[in-house]
Amino acid sequence: MPPYRSIIDLIGNTPLVDVSQLSPNPRVAIFAKLEGQNPGGSVKDRPALAMIEDAEKAGRLEPGATLIEPSSGNTGIGLAMICRVKGYRLKVVLPTNVSVERRQLLELWGAEIIESPGAEGSNGAVRLARKLAAENPEWVFLYQYGNDANPRAHYEGTGPEIWKDCPEVTHFVAGLGTSGTLLGVGRFLKEKKPEVQLWAVEPPSGELVDGLRNLDDGYIPPIFLANGGDELLDRKTVVGPRDSIEWTRRLRDIGVFCGISSGAAMAGAVKCASQIADGVVVFVAADGGWKYLSTGAWTGDIDDVVERAKSVIYF
Amino acid sequence: MAVPVRLPTVLRPAAGGQSVVAIEGETIGEVLGSLQAEYPAMSGQLLTNEGVLHRFVNVYVNDDDVRYLDKLDTPVSDADTVSIIPAVAGGAA
Repeated sequence: MPPYRSIIDLIGNTPLVDVSQLSPNPRVAIFAKLEGQNPGGSVKDRPALAMIEDAEKAGRLEPGATLIEPSSGNTGIGLAMICRVKGYRLKVVLPTNVSVERRQLLELWGAEIIESPGAEGSNGAVRLARKLAAENPEWVFLYQYGNDANPRAHYEGTGPEIWKDCPEVTHFVAGLGTSGTLLGVGRFLKEKKPEVQLWAVEPPSGELVDGLRNLDDGYIPPIFLANGGDELLDRKTVVGPRDSIEWTRRLRDIGVFCGISSGAAMAGAVKCASQIADGVVVFVAADGGWKYLSTGAWTGDIDDVVERAKSVIYF
Repeated sequence: MAVPVRLPTVLRPAAGGQSVVAIEGETIGEVLGSLQAEYPAMSGQLLTNEGVLHRFVNVYVNDDDVRYLDKLDTPVSDADTVSIIPAVAGGAA
């Protein structure tokens, strides 16, 4: 294999690994797509690169341009790595309650962190970024929640990779977040095989919704609406921190070291496997475990870890 | 048959500050209808005039969003918990 010309060329083509030994149903195989193998450490390298290349093609990014983006971590980290390589500046609006490693990674790539209130979660980061982008029109606002390059990165990358490695797939499970992964992979797989079922996993909204003054303050990502998310998804289920951490540990037990949201997606895959007669479930392990070492997720007392997870954005 | 319904902070004032109320109904549609009838201040906040779920309102039976089950026809029993949760941006985005 010839050498890669740039670290950016290592984004994508992640491996699928069989974790069926953890399946609750002997007639259902489960495969994990290890997105932590991306050079920036998460699945978000894909939309980050797609959005930047899209903006470059559209002439929105001059050399040395400044970008702003709301992110609870992974998109910001992916963007920060790519901006470092390409010579752009990046400001990330980051809720205060993320793991210390997410912050450290943003800092090491040279991103400027603008804090948003932790109690407002991702909603608060989105709101503040929109405000700052409006006040500073010279900054380029890629806006992952509303940028069609986000689902397209998965339609053109993640989806075809899964199809090539595992055409037997019957169910696809991933975290919801911006909805880019589910919409892009989901649309690709359903075009190839309409009976494929899409399961969205989400964390409990918990105290994050307490800050809403009324229901009209709610938020649905524009890409979810633009891509017919309601019609595309087949199931949406909440996975709490205890299940997320327990399944993160069980994956560790078979040698798969991944982040806590990957444990949540695995819990969703296990729930799916227990409710179907037979099939092949593919789920997205969005990142590796490195960024969560400080949470004690693998070694701490489970009750303590769960309690801490309730106040930190881990998903 | 009364089903426990968990209310989000934003709807609690309409129910005298309660966070959980017991509501009669065999389906999600019946439960939400009874809820709005019992606490009229919620009227129009959960179901639209056309009788469909408000776009920023997510309703769960236990852990599952009813939009992807049988929507308002999703059956419920007193062994279930119904949760009403506003739509927010979530996740490690």
